[in-house]
Order: sequence, then C-alpha cells, then structure tokens
Amino acid sequence: MAYFLQQLINGLTLGSMFGLIAIGYTMVYGIIGMINFAHGDIFMIGGFVAIIAFMTLGLAGITWMPLALLCILILAMAFTALHGWTVERIAYRPLRGSNRLAPLISAIGMSIFLQNCVQLLQGARNKALPPVIHGSIELMDVEGFTVQLGYLQIVIMLLTVALMIGLTLLITRTSLGRQQRACEQDMKMASLLGVDVDRTIALTFVIGAGLAAVAGLVWLMYYGVIDFFVGFMAGIKAFTAAVLGGIGSLPGAMLGGILIGLIDTFWAGYFSNDYKDVATFAILVLVLIFRPTGLLGKSDVEKV
Amino acid sequence: MSAASLKVEHLTMCFGGLIAVDDVSFTAMDRQITALIGPNGAGKTTLFNCVTGFYRPRVGRLALHAADGREFLLERMDGFRIAQQARVARTFQNIRLFPRLSVLENLMVAQHNRLMRASGYTLVGLFGLGVYRRAKDAALERARYWLDRVRLLERANDEAGNLPYGAQRRLEIARAMCTEPVLLCLDEPAAGLNARESNDLNELVLFIRDTHKIGVLLIEHDMSVVMKISDHIVVLDHGRKIADGNPAKVRGDPSVIRAYLGEEEDDELPAEVARDLGVGS
Amino acid sequence: MSSTSVAPPPAAMPPATAKPRHALLAPIMKDALVTGAIALALAIPLVGFKTVDRGSTTLLETRFGPMLCGVSVIALGRLAFSLINAGYARAVFAVAATMAAAWPLAVVLGAAPSGWLPLAWMSWLVALSLALRAAYVVWGERAAARGNLAPRERMAATVQRFSAFIAPVLIAFAVAMPMLPLADQRWVDLGILVLTYIMLGWGLNVVVGLAGLLDLGYVAFYAVGAYTFAIFAKTFGLNFWEALPIAGLLAATFGVLLGFPVLRLRGDYLAIVTLGFGEMVRVVLLNWNELSNGPKGMGDIPRPSFFGMPFSATPPEGVTSFHQWFSQHVWEVSFSPIQRATYLYYIILALALLTNWFTLRIRKLPISLAWEALREDEIACRALGINPTSTKLTAFAIGAMFGGFAGAFFATRQGFISPESFNFMESAIILAIVVLGGMGTQIGVVIASILLIGGPEWFRDLQSYRMLAFGALMVLIMIWRPQGLLAFREPTIRLKPVSAKPS
Repeated sequence: MAYFLQQLINGLTLGSMFGLIAIGYTMVYGIIGMINFAHGDIFMIGGFVAIIAFMTLGLAGITWMPLALLCILILAMAFTALHGWTVERIAYRPLRGSNRLAPLISAIGMSIFLQNCVQLLQGARNKALPPVIHGSIELMDVEGFTVQLGYLQIVIMLLTVALMIGLTLLITRTSLGRQQRACEQDMKMASLLGVDVDRTIALTFVIGAGLAAVAGLVWLMYYGVIDFFVGFMAGIKAFTAAVLGGIGSLPGAMLGGILIGLIDTFWAGYFSNDYKDVATFAILVLVLIFRPTGLLGKSDVEKV
Repeated sequence: MSAASLKVEHLTMCFGGLIAVDDVSFTAMDRQITALIGPNGAGKTTLFNCVTGFYRPRVGRLALHAADGREFLLERMDGFRIAQQARVARTFQNIRLFPRLSVLENLMVAQHNRLMRASGYTLVGLFGLGVYRRAKDAALERARYWLDRVRLLERANDEAGNLPYGAQRRLEIARAMCTEPVLLCLDEPAAGLNARESNDLNELVLFIRDTHKIGVLLIEHDMSVVMKISDHIVVLDHGRKIADGNPAKVRGDPSVIRAYLGEEEDDELPAEVARDLGVGS
Repeated sequence: MSSTSVAPPPAAMPPATAKPRHALLAPIMKDALVTGAIALALAIPLVGFKTVDRGSTTLLETRFGPMLCGVSVIALGRLAFSLINAGYARAVFAVAATMAAAWPLAVVLGAAPSGWLPLAWMSWLVALSLALRAAYVVWGERAAARGNLAPRERMAATVQRFSAFIAPVLIAFAVAMPMLPLADQRWVDLGILVLTYIMLGWGLNVVVGLAGLLDLGYVAFYAVGAYTFAIFAKTFGLNFWEALPIAGLLAATFGVLLGFPVLRLRGDYLAIVTLGFGEMVRVVLLNWNELSNGPKGMGDIPRPSFFGMPFSATPPEGVTSFHQWFSQHVWEVSFSPIQRATYLYYIILALALLTNWFTLRIRKLPISLAWEALREDEIACRALGINPTSTKLTAFAIGAMFGGFAGAFFATRQGFISPESFNFMESAIILAIVVLGGMGTQIGVVIASILLIGGPEWFRDLQSYRMLAFGALMVLIMIWRPQGLLAFREPTIRLKPVSAKPS
C-alpha cells in the first residue's frame, strides 16, 4: 500500500511533465494536422536553456531561490518559445498545403538537426545540475517504508495545474483562443473572416514550446541531469499521451500524460524496468488501432 | 455484358443524432438510368456512400441481383469488395483521379484485379510470362477503347492532374467503366461542366446504358440533364424519399416542387427552374 | 516534353514588381536586421554559453565572439538572399562565388584560425549556397524566358533520362572496382558500406517512394535479418547462403505481422507507430538475453565461405582455405584479408543488383501501379476494387525482405552485432538517402548513398557533422522539392501509336 502510494506520487509527477509536453503535440496536431516531430527536441532545448540560465544566474549572484526560479522559468519559456517559432517558420510554414508526407519528413529532419546541433554545441555528455529544491514531507511510514512527497514534486504538480488553468482560460476566454479554435475547425474560412492564420499557427507553436520549456525545466530539476538525446524518448511518450487522451483535446493531453506517467512508473515499479518503453509503444499501437480518437477525442467521419 | 438491378430497402443511416438517410426504398433497374435528385443535404451522397460501401448503413438492405443469378448484400461488404466482386463502380463529386499518374495509368489501375490475377499475384509477372503479357495487351485495348470514347486518346501519356476539368470528369467515368461494372454510380457528373460538355456527358451516359447494357445510378443537380436522360427518378428530401417514378410523373409531383422551392407555392417560379421542371408557362 | 507539365514558378521568386528596384532595399535591410536579431536571440543561450562538465559539476564557458560573427553571417546571408530575389542575382553571384572560391585559399594560406573552424565552415557554406542559389535564379529566368521547364524539373528529368546510360557505366565500375590498381582495403570496405546503404535505400524506396508509406522503423527488419542469421548460424550451423533466404523470409513475415494491424492508419500515425516498432525490437533485443545475448551482443558470427572454403590464413585441419585452393588451381597467392573483403564486396553487389532488378521488374507490374495509386488516393483505390491492406502489406513485406537480406549480410560482414547498431538514427539515415535521392527513383538512391555515406566516411573530419547535415538537408529538400531532388516520374506504361483520331 505504501509502495503503491509512493509510485502513485512519482507517477503523477512524471505524468505532469508528459502532459506539459503532450499539449504541444496535441495543439499543433489540432490546428494543422501534423505530428510536430521536433517537439521532443524543443523540450530538450528547454532543459538546456534552463541549465544555462541556472548557472548564469548563479554567476550573477541571484541566490534567493523563488526569484531565481521565476527568472529561469521566464527565460527558459521565452528562449524556447522563440525556438519553437523559428522551427515553424523555417521548416513547416513553407510546406503548408503540400502533400502530407512532406511536413512530416521536414519535421524529422528538424528533429535530427536540433539534436545534433545541441550535441555539437554543448557536448554529448550528461549535464548535471545539483539539486535545487530539497526536502520532502513524510506522509506515512509503513513497516519501515516511508512514503515521501518531495517539495519539488509539489512544485511540479502545482505549476502544472496553474499552467493548465491559464491555458484553458487563454483558449476559452481570449480572442487569441477564439482564433485558434476557428483555425482548428476550418482554416480557410477563418482566413476569409480575417483571422491571421499564419500568426495563429505560429502562436500555437509558441505556446506549445513554452509549455515544453517548463517541462524541460522541471525535468532538469527532478532528475538533475539532461542530455541532447532526452527529447527523443520523452517526445514519443508525450505523443503517445496525446494520442491516448485524444489528439486535439487539451484535457485529453493532460489526462493522457498522467496515465502514461502512471503506467511508466507502475510498470517499472512492479514489473520490470527493462520493458517499460515497450509498454508505452504497445499502448500507442493499441489505442491507434482500436480507438484512434483516444479517450476524450471527437470522432471523425471520413469524408468521401 | 451482364447487368444487374439494385434493390434498396428501408435504408437508414445516422451520424450521431443526425439521420441522413431515413427509411429509403427504391429499385434501380437493370439497363436503366436511375437519377437520385433532391436539394442540398437531402442525403443523396450518403446513400451513394452506403451503396458503394464507404459507409455502413444502420438499418436496411442493399441487394444487388446480378444477371447470372447471384445476389450480393452490399451492406455487409467492404468498399473494395463491392467494386471487386459485386462490380459496382463509382465516381466522386470532387473528382478523385490519381493526379500524378498518366491518363492511361489511371485506366490501368482500374483493371488492377484482372491484371493481378494474370500476373500470378506478381510472382509469375516478375519473369515476364506470356499469360501476363496477353492480359496486359487486353487491358491496354480496353483502355484505348474508353480513351477513344471520351476523346482523350491524344492525352493518354499525360499526367491526369494536368487535364482540364471537363476532361477529368470524363476520364473518371472512363476509369470506372474500365472496371467492367454491372452498375455505374455517378456522383454529380455534370457539376462544373459547361453546356456543351454537359451535352457530351448525356451522350456518354446514354451510350453506356445502350451499348454496354448496364444500369446507371446518377446523382444530379442539373435538372435539364436529369429530365433528358433518366428513365426513373427518385427524389429525396431531408433523408426521406418523397417521390419516385418516371420523369413525367416526378415533374408534376407537388411535393417535389415544394421541396425545391420552399413552402410558399404562390411564389413565381424562376423561369429557368420552371422550364426545367416543365411547369408553368 | 509537353508544355503542360511546366511547374509553376516557385513562390520564392516573385515576379519583378513595377517599383524601381532600389525602393525595395529598405524593407530588405530591415528584414535582414530582424533576421539577425532573431538569430542572436536564438544563439545567446546555446551558442553563447557552453556547459562544460568537470567531474560531477558543470561549469560555464562563453564564446560570444564566434557567436556574434555567426549571427552577422546569417544576417548578411539573409540580406544577400533577399537581394537575389529582388533582381540582384548577378551581383550577389559575383560576390558570393568569389568568397566561396577564396575560402579554401584562405585555409591553405593558414588565414582561418583553427578554433573558429566551424564558423569558417558555416561562412563558406553560406557563401557557396548563395552563389548556387543566385546562379540557379539566373538560370531559371533564362529558362522561363525561353519557355523551358523549370530548372529543377529539367535537372531531374535529365538525370533520369541519362540513368539509362549512367547505370551500365556505374555497374561496370562497381564490378571492376576491386580489381583496379588503386583498390586497397579501405576502398573495398567503403564500397561494401556504400553498397549496403544503396541496397537498404532501394528496399525502403519500395515502401516510402512507391507505396508512400512512411516507415520510420525500417532498421527493425535490418535487425531481424542480422539476428536471424546470427542465431541460425550459431545454433544450427547454417552457412551464409543457407541462412540468407531464411533471414529475408523472417524479416518479411515480421513486416506482415507488424504491418497488418497498423497499415490502415493514416500516414502520420503509421510513421510514429513504425518508429515505435523499431524501438520495440531494439528494446527486446537489449533485454531478451537468452535470445540475443542482450546489450553484450553476439560475436563469433561465421564469416562467409567460398563454396565451403573459408578465408583464413590457417584453416582448420582437413579444410582447404580459399587462398590455398586458388593457388592450386589458378595462380599462386598468399593469404590477405582483402580477399575476404573483395568476396564480401561481390556478395553485397550481387544482393544490391538483385534488389534493383526486382524493383525495376515490379515497376512494370500492376502491384506497383496500385502502390502508386494508393499513395495518391486511397479512397479512389477502394472504389476501383483494390484491397488497400493487402496491397500495402505486399510493399511492406518486400521492403522488409530486402532489409532482412541486408541485415544478414551486415551480420556476416561484421562478425559481431549488438542492439546498438539498430537504433533510430540508422532508420533516419536510410530514410534520408531515399528522401534526398528522390522517392521512387533508383539512381537517386545511388547518388545519395555515395554522397551521404561515402563522403563522410572518406573525410573523417566531417563525420560529427554528418547527422547535422542530414537533418538540415531533409528540411531543405522538402521545402525546395518535396518529391526529392532527382524524382521525375515517367509513366510506367505508354500507349504507343497514339492515333490522333478526332471524334
């Protein structure tokens, strides 16, 4: 029971991170119907920007942790969002309206490029960051097994909830959100009605990249290391989360993220660490075959 | 060529809460042109998609009686099996050619199943045996026949995507005919054609009925086409069948006029519509 | 060539406007400055700072100098690019070509400081591509003035036409290569490597190029082939030629098993699922110790023998080795490792040519036409009675089979395999070869393999930049010519005497 609870906490933490990445996949898929293959690498760049920001602030002498964290959060989001925008501008915008394989291949190329770029610029080895937020609450103690809820885990979950609320308000209450939803339903009609489609799509990428940056930052703090390849597997898992939750649906992405996080953690905790990636892929395949709309997605009738 | 009649019984198709086709029954006879008309959203294309297997109807039966006595229950068959075994061919409202393949290749794709059998499902064909070569020559002959028929012989080796719109429409019909169907379903074949092209189309459809002796099921908006060539008209409105009969009967049916022009019967008919429907002055 | 197939002018070349040219300069300048500013913002964190790990801690170094220079190069490049489009193509060509040509000279004279080498490379590449772009635009304007095909179409068409002549020359060269006087061990090894990728490229081309199914897990079939051979050879003592068909068949079966549930998925979903399958195979190989010996890999895989004669200096008792037999029956040779390499070279050449022959044959058959039709419009195919699943499965299985053959060859060549040889990057490299060469073309794969595999292998310094270049090229090609550089489709069947019979 205690072990279960501990796994649940860990799984929820991991799931929050997957959820934050998955939102980027699901929003982009919703609006232009492509898998932004480079999104996992945007997440990785977020982590790298965060570690560089940490050290720069350390050199600059900002040591009061809440302020430093806020600065790093803003820096990481801003710089990573710019990366997201640039990727869209260079690799996807020129391909709008071409056949469906072209943007996907371009996205794969972009992913390979970003990975190797970071590898060449920053080196191939793990980058380690000393723990920033220490300590934990001891929830209970059963037969020598202590269930711990780390302060960092609390921060991660609270941050995720806050960002989700913010994003939901943005999408449902603002004119930007209305334009975004309009483009999602009918891009041509939206543009005829005066919505700047290019700008709206670009903003979608910016939002997705910003959230991925947060995921990168908390990933870095949680695991203490980051490397140039981390975006590959995290990206695939987050995409699986988006599909599981129903691609195109924001709550779905978060739900899918948490489910994937839980599955990952429980699989590793109860069965074997070796095959946990296989479990994710198996879920991806099964969902796509038996329920392509995912848990919360809308069904789509094939137009003939 | 053998022909077949299609019997539609109590066909019903829903999307979520929307009933697109509601308990429609009619028969498309052998060697007749059956037109399916009705205002936008009447459920014509949905019905077509049920017949050709792209949708699976919720209720109803679609029985195709072939001339050789076999019967196919289309509502139970996959789309490609309907074309392959029951031999129902169709065209699409928004033309679906293979734009980067040549005109001739489009017609060869239509004869895929026959050629696959002749090529021993690729195994025999790899070594270039005579069986396959003969089948290929026959397929080329058939393609040439239809290209000649739709006046595209000179464009045979051009990319299909480069043809003008009217020619693409004709090519799509030729492609459907290359499958040697027993029933041909045309989804708005005259849409976007000018008067002359539309006339050509009428002749082509009549030719198919008379020379190849198969049934044609036709969705059409253009009343002049419908009234001129169809043997039998089925009128749909809001998913329901509101009239069924020969052109003269349908033309005079008040419910049809109401469906097309709204409830106020006092309104003056636009001259064009009146002429097409054959009512008024 | 009929005039109807003239491609529309690319969007990057707007027609000259009525305004005087210099009126366009202000926005161009502004655009270049904005580009520079964005590049600077992008570069500050990842280029400006470098994380250096010292033991357990990480330190930070700065390199603002190279960063600022790089950003200026980008801004200037953007400026020059806009100028090309604004009608100054000739002037830009003169400047950029001079710079591109002067750069190797500068290196020779030792002018480029060694620490800034990547930056120097980047500047050279920018200058070179600007020069090429400018030349291309000038050429395109001339072609348009004469009403010719757009240059990229013409280039592809020319290569395709000439491939009928190039192919025999290439094959003759490939056959003769190991016997040429310059062919040492390094050349033959390089030839083997390039041919392996050509074969993999041709195999994947059936799936991606013809059937339009984006398979990101192709390396899984390569792995299945390699492990099949290793296991069958080690457990049952089969030799290479006995195990080869089994490896191909098993890989094809695998293709069918994986493909059956997923081939009805839409293109992009299919891509990610195949990627997942590729990774799954790798993870299973890593962890299933009883089967694959896990991460340690499998060694001592039998090397191929020539009709039972091994290539070794000291054959076991009672066995004649190849060089002994050759000395007895042909002429006196002593043992040299190049004999085995040459033999391997001819095996992979034969396998590659078999793949090519098969593909060329199958392109004349209805199945290949159906693949292409499915790629264009699956719904129309269904309306014509084509079974989409079985048609796609055939493509998948055939591609997988060639992947399996290549895998078996890889295993016997290396003598050692481990799961790390079969990661996603390998799939990406093969895909890059197919995409860059031109989907659906045979000669394109050859050229792309020689350039992308042979080039970096020969110039070792470039290897760390290889994947970077692959990624960038994939993006650029998709933007410039999404069907691939050399893709130019000729109908597979023609109606010969087209009688112009008016009706």
